[in-house]
Amino acid sequence: MSAVESTDVLIVGSGFGGSITAYHLAAGGAKVVVLERGPWLEGKDFDHDYLLGKSYTRVFDFVAGDGMSVLGGNCVGGGSVVYFAALPRAPRYVFERQGSIGRRVWPAAITRDTLEPWYDRVSEVLPVSQQSWNDISYAGGLWAAACNHSGHTANPVPVGIDTAKCTNCNWMMAGCRFDAKRSMLFNYLPAALSHGTEIRPLHEVQKISRNEDGGYRVHYNNIDEVDYRVATGSGVIDAKIVILAAGAGATPVILQRSEEELGAMPHGVGRYFSGNGERLNTAIINEERVGEVLGLRRPNGAVYEANQIGKGPVVACWDNVDGSKPEYSRFSMEQLYFPPGLGTILAQVPGKSGATWFGKEKKEMLKRWKSWLTIFLMTEDDNEGVFGPPPPTGNAYRISQQMLGKGPLRYDPTPNTLRGWAEADAAAKEILEKDGLATVAPWTNDLVGAYTVHPLSSCRIGDDPATSALDDRHELRGHPGIFVTDGSSVPTALTVNPALTIAALAERAVPGIIEAARSRGVDVTYGAPLPNAAASRPVTGSAA
Amino acid sequence: MGAVAESDDQVQKSTLEAFADTILPGVKRSPDDRAIAGVCDDPGAVEAGALELLNDPATGVAAGLGPLSQALNAHAVAYAGEHGLSLDEDVPPFVALDYENRVALVERLTSPGHPEQSGWVLLAMFSNMAFDSAAHLSTGEAIANGHPGLLQMGFAKPDSDGLWRFPDFSYGRELAKRHPETTESGSPA
Repeated sequence: MSAVESTDVLIVGSGFGGSITAYHLAAGGAKVVVLERGPWLEGKDFDHDYLLGKSYTRVFDFVAGDGMSVLGGNCVGGGSVVYFAALPRAPRYVFERQGSIGRRVWPAAITRDTLEPWYDRVSEVLPVSQQSWNDISYAGGLWAAACNHSGHTANPVPVGIDTAKCTNCNWMMAGCRFDAKRSMLFNYLPAALSHGTEIRPLHEVQKISRNEDGGYRVHYNNIDEVDYRVATGSGVIDAKIVILAAGAGATPVILQRSEEELGAMPHGVGRYFSGNGERLNTAIINEERVGEVLGLRRPNGAVYEANQIGKGPVVACWDNVDGSKPEYSRFSMEQLYFPPGLGTILAQVPGKSGATWFGKEKKEMLKRWKSWLTIFLMTEDDNEGVFGPPPPTGNAYRISQQMLGKGPLRYDPTPNTLRGWAEADAAAKEILEKDGLATVAPWTNDLVGAYTVHPLSSCRIGDDPATSALDDRHELRGHPGIFVTDGSSVPTALTVNPALTIAALAERAVPGIIEAARSRGVDVTYGAPLPNAAASRPVTGSAA
Repeated sequence: MGAVAESDDQVQKSTLEAFADTILPGVKRSPDDRAIAGVCDDPGAVEAGALELLNDPATGVAAGLGPLSQALNAHAVAYAGEHGLSLDEDVPPFVALDYENRVALVERLTSPGHPEQSGWVLLAMFSNMAFDSAAHLSTGEAIANGHPGLLQMGFAKPDSDGLWRFPDFSYGRELAKRHPETTESGSPA
């Protein structure tokens, strides 16, 4: 007889959804193990380097699907390590969305008002703060001035950044070298560790099966730390409660692969995927016109030439974040830095026809890279993404040693989504091309499909079993004891950056998960104080 | 046999160079340089290290380069046939195409719906990355050694410790009015 390792709670993934639940359950007295498929890195490990194999490729997962590609986190801290720390709350109308089903999508229990206390909790822990105009990078300032010139408002975005530590290096997407970005590495994860949580990096969960006692067995592969295509071993852990927080591009795949052993999944598993309606537009700034029309000037005499300088999105135009407008016509427009590599190849030469993502005109455009300004549009899509049969392991057929894979997601945008994209593209173009400030073109969808850094909704919560995978407590329908707390639970696109909403929903889910754990014999209570960000030290691999 | 193998390697090399040069073109390295079409007057993806990156095992495409270059030449022959072009037999068929025809063929191969699109997009992506991020080199060293792509893009030099910092980063003044429906904490109301 072999002894199988067991725990009270097994959590898959260590991003927002995994860290927050891990902390509260561990602090309440449960034995918690977190399996994370990526490596465990901290500040000093986050390289400023595009060399393949450096942290830049280790911490990301780029999965190309059919019609949609997803960029997600792949490290301890997950999406919180690779996000840009923009943390707005979702606008009120989002919770009233009907999408294509013709009735309200979100559970009746969740509105902006009922979610506010949970937003408050996360905002206190990270903490979230408004930026001042002195914190705003040149790119954000230019976007603000252009919006103002067109009669629009523009807001400094609320962020989780310690601005005193930020050097405006613009490498923040690949983890923050200077510990300025408030990721889960600084709050929930160290707090969870201090209560005995075990975090195991390079453990990729493949499937879940059910035990005779009503608990679950989680099956994982150990992943080679350099070549993620290689499994170096495998194992299982039994748990009374399983929390899936592997991200909207992976959680449904794990559940689909488990279907043979667990029985039928709810219809919503692997369906209704949303790319948060995201679009990226690249503006080529006319430096001279910007100087003349907007009166901008840097201390060094340049007008702008500052694409490389900054810290992700800092200024957003919310004039179309407007509940009085019809669905699919509501969107935000946010300035954003996107590093070279994938983001650069997808940029198209403005004003040209045909394939303009390559060739001699594209090279000329690259020579003006310092004068690029990227505008990130978050619109309302139609939840049209569907996951096909799962690959043999993980969430994709891995191509490169790290980062790049081909996944089973199919995304065929509906006329609603296409119209929303076109309206948002047109609005950004109108602002930036006014009086010759810039020329603008959207990224091409022809190469890797549409592109999202905020995958959502592939196992969404809801009241209707026909269109949601989870009930409003985030429990998987028909599979008591399995919960989903990552972005896949968010039922619709949000028209703003989703991190704070994902985190707030995870905070909100905790009391229900603890209740379920108690009913399964786990001695755990709810009510631990929130992690104190100021008192927490960065979480490190050596603590495991 | 050795001579044939070497010749195959040369065919593969110049075919892939011609592909990379179509993605981001450069100046000819010498007057008799056939792989590079020569439509630009400064270095492109090839001189930036496209072949080095494609052959890096980390990309996962190295094993596919032989079949891809053979397929590219087969497509070039078919393309030439369609358009009534005669191909110079001294060089591989794709290399024999002029720049405009290389562009047209690459556009076709990378278009949605082409059965081999994924492979050609990967080849294009790494060709592009050799120029715009030098993913086969450490970025700081690449800049210090005058990497042509990063140099042309105007990538800033790092500080002496190899890290980037921009102490001068903000216009430092209010440049727009906030949306009137903004909460005290800075979110949409």
